[in-house]
Amino acid sequence: MIIKGGIVYDPANGIFGEEMDICIENGRIAEDAGGEVIDARGLLVMPGGVDAHSHIAGPKLNTGRIMRPDDSRMGTEPRTRVCRPSTGYTVPNCYAIGYRYARLGYTTAFEAATPIIEARHTHEELEEIPIVDKGALTLFGSNWTVMECVRENDMDMLAAYVAWGLRAARGYGVKIVNPGGGEAWGFGSNVKSVHDPVPHFDVTPAQIIRALAEVNERLRLPHSIHLHFNNLGRPGNYTTAIETLELLKDIKPSRMRQVVHVAHMQFSAYGGTGWKDFESKASAIAEYFNQTNHATMDLGQIIFGPATTMTADAPLEYANARIGHQKWSNHDIELEESSGVVPWVYTRKMPVNAVQWAIGLELALLTKDPWKVVMTTDHPNGGPFVNYPEIISLLMSREKREEEMKTLHEVVRSRSTLPSIEREMDWSEIVIMTRAAPARILGLEDKGHLGIGADGDVSIYNIRPDEIDPSKDHAVVKAGMSRAKYTIKGGAVVVRDGEIVAAPQGRTYWVDAAVPESDMDRMLSSLKEKFERYYSIRMSNYMVQDAYVPNPVVVNAGMQPLKEVI
Amino acid sequence: MRLQIEDVLCTFCGCLCDDIKVEVDEGRIEKVRGACRLGSSKIMGHNRIKSPMIRVNGELKEISYEEAYRRAAEILINARHPLLYGWASTTCEALKKGILLAEEIGGVVDTTATVCHGPSIIGIEEKGAVGSTLGQIKNRADLIVFWGCNPSEAHPRHTLRYSSNACGRFTPDGRKGRKVLVVDVRETRTARNADRFLRIQPGTDYEIISALRMIIGGKADSLPEDVAGVSKKELIEIAEMMKSAKFGAIFFGLGLTHSRGRYKNVDNALSLVSELNSHTKFVIMAMRGHYNVTGAGQVLAWSSGYPMAVDYARGAPYYNPGETSCCDLLSRRDVDAALIIASDPASNLPRGCVEALAEMPVIQIDPFENPTTLFADVVIPSAIAGIEVEGTAYRMDGLSLRLRKLVDVEYPGDVEILQAILDNVRRLRDDN
Ligand code: SF4
Repeated sequence: MIIKGGIVYDPANGIFGEEMDICIENGRIAEDAGGEVIDARGLLVMPGGVDAHSHIAGPKLNTGRIMRPDDSRMGTEPRTRVCRPSTGYTVPNCYAIGYRYARLGYTTAFEAATPIIEARHTHEELEEIPIVDKGALTLFGSNWTVMECVRENDMDMLAAYVAWGLRAARGYGVKIVNPGGGEAWGFGSNVKSVHDPVPHFDVTPAQIIRALAEVNERLRLPHSIHLHFNNLGRPGNYTTAIETLELLKDIKPSRMRQVVHVAHMQFSAYGGTGWKDFESKASAIAEYFNQTNHATMDLGQIIFGPATTMTADAPLEYANARIGHQKWSNHDIELEESSGVVPWVYTRKMPVNAVQWAIGLELALLTKDPWKVVMTTDHPNGGPFVNYPEIISLLMSREKREEEMKTLHEVVRSRSTLPSIEREMDWSEIVIMTRAAPARILGLEDKGHLGIGADGDVSIYNIRPDEIDPSKDHAVVKAGMSRAKYTIKGGAVVVRDGEIVAAPQGRTYWVDAAVPESDMDRMLSSLKEKFERYYSIRMSNYMVQDAYVPNPVVVNAGMQPLKEVI
Repeated sequence: MRLQIEDVLCTFCGCLCDDIKVEVDEGRIEKVRGACRLGSSKIMGHNRIKSPMIRVNGELKEISYEEAYRRAAEILINARHPLLYGWASTTCEALKKGILLAEEIGGVVDTTATVCHGPSIIGIEEKGAVGSTLGQIKNRADLIVFWGCNPSEAHPRHTLRYSSNACGRFTPDGRKGRKVLVVDVRETRTARNADRFLRIQPGTDYEIISALRMIIGGKADSLPEDVAGVSKKELIEIAEMMKSAKFGAIFFGLGLTHSRGRYKNVDNALSLVSELNSHTKFVIMAMRGHYNVTGAGQVLAWSSGYPMAVDYARGAPYYNPGETSCCDLLSRRDVDAALIIASDPASNLPRGCVEALAEMPVIQIDPFENPTTLFADVVIPSAIAGIEVEGTAYRMDGLSLRLRKLVDVEYPGDVEILQAILDNVRRLRDDN
């Protein structure tokens, strides 16, 4: 396949809006190629989108669907010759997730949180999501074995457990959510700071985070730890954020990437002492990111309208349900985690929501280096991912931001710095935030760029970058980004003129990390005992079987001698 | 050669016990260890349907699988609005195929949940569900409440493996370290082993739960001295028992979902648990009957957005229980053919619905003969999931597990059968 004459943005390879041809052969970007010719003259061409943090599969998603038939009714589309039926807005069915990502020009999406014991379910849903490549991050932050290894300061055993846990869950990386809080929630409480000991386990969140970060590097995992801070969603929590990031400053990355990726930073950049004097502290957070180089973040931008909050931070969801007088689902997972689901609506006239909306944009605009910031809505927590084009148009146009702010509660002007921010992003920065950076942050070498050998994932939009001015023509930007002219996945056209024309099965990434056999044996013998005594299923029925990952991409990692890290 | 297979899953009830030992000799199951009586008898097997059959002049007559598939496809294609019902005792993989079939023929997929825990699901739509995995309860709960359920008889290993009698990290003394409260209309075996039995009058669950909610919400003063035959004093003691637990768990059964009030009872119980969480930690769980009725709801939810009673007649999923659920469709004669799989509606549905079924062409897919076979027009015997074929099932707490295959048989599995019917549907359509 040859994509002819497009205006190509591939910042990872130093290409910033050049007219050029892109060739795809055998599913990968190549020097030259034959076959189909796609006329992209003058159109915006970029690598397929990569979502590094989205909730797209697993028990909490399905709980959201089951408790929200009202949501499932939205966005209903009947089956077509190619597509199975779609339903839902904040909690779409599996098919809709694949089709909608593809329509936006996205070809990869990662599920951000799965307990090991429920990973089989997550993979069952992932397999039902068509088109996109995917993976799932594995939860470790309130896990008994993790906490016991940390308490005993047994890093060898912890490394063995993390490697085993990733394999058991067919997981891609280490996710930590409100570390220790999930365990405390087992008896209805929470941890209040990174130094607040976890009941019954004699460890602190700070110790858990640091130990997992060290082990993550020791195992040379492609992705860093992926962290949802303690105290998330609380006024004044930006201090917890900075305090936590400081804990990790001296850890050396084993690959060319961050040592910690912060999930949905928006929810942890809050000032004030309560909801009354709630204010944005995005500038303090952005300042911290501008001065340090060990952390990256995704936005967790909120979108006005309905959302479904869902997180392994169960105490947070309990609080949300109480504040919002909402229905509430909770699910505690033996020995590992807890989680909750609460429907939500973000409202323009609500002071807190107006400020939250501003915080996401401020974080993106005040952080100088776009490689440190990934665009997400923490789907469906801040709002559904189908709204990414809205965010892109906001980041590219001050005028659009001003127009929006007029419709919001006025506190958005006094409690955030957004009105004073002049920056307008260009296409290169947008491509970095939606493609190049998420791929690099996740350690996906063949994604997010169009270099020779990269995956043949390309999106082409009905936008003429040489003719429009995104700062003025923001409506054109939004409309164009919402319906890709072409989405090409692995060299196959899957979207043409905004319609799905093919729905191939994507692949699933997981990480197989090697550890010394003696450590693994020692770990397994202690784990066996845990299964006998505390788990309610047998160890031999615990691991995700190969049948659930029919199209795997196994990424090898582990303690073999390191290649020189630049 | 005698083969000992460990950690086998029992595909009978919603406990989905996964620690069964099975001895297999020359392809036959010889011995089952670790399962309860219900489970063992299922695993040992009984009255299999031997061959596919179709009804000719009122009599079932043996035919080939190929012919049975074609007949089934013809029935489905000729129907205006077919019903695909059952799914509680087969694998998730089978339901996935069933949904695809329903999408293509514009049918309705409904599960046996609509006649058991359907009201629970509607309760969850109203209130959400505050739950956990069973291991969490085993490790932490110091108060277990069985409300309108009788695990001693219906889920025999529940108490020992997961609930009142299980030992765990924070419950090392098992039954001795915890309190058990049973709420029921009669004194069941479960009730006899409880620390406290609250016997209530039939149909008064809603009032009792409301009274407990009032007491827990600090409004005991407004209560009369007697609520639905239970004294205020007793209710206050029970509320106190709940509030003072460190971790409480309510298991509820059809006694709650099918007594007067139905989903409102569940809605009220879910609210009670939600409110108890401002005082202590509390969770609630439905005692699911068939081993994979939970999984059927899960698969339907991720495929269609809805957990049961999904109508594909419009090309897109449409859900309105009370309109699109099996009993409503049948009693309104709004479906004109049925594919029944892994269930026995003839024994479980109201009489009028069974009569409606008897009047329409019925395809039955099942390993075993049951009363539904008596009026089925096409009978397709299948391999038993978890014994003869692999697949996925979800335990009552939502944990998914992989069923093992223990022996080889000639019978095709449900997935294979449904795929063959789908292939025939596509072929017959192309011919026309
Ligand atoms: S309790 Fe249920 S799952 Fe367990 S052995 Fe008995 S019938 Fe089987």
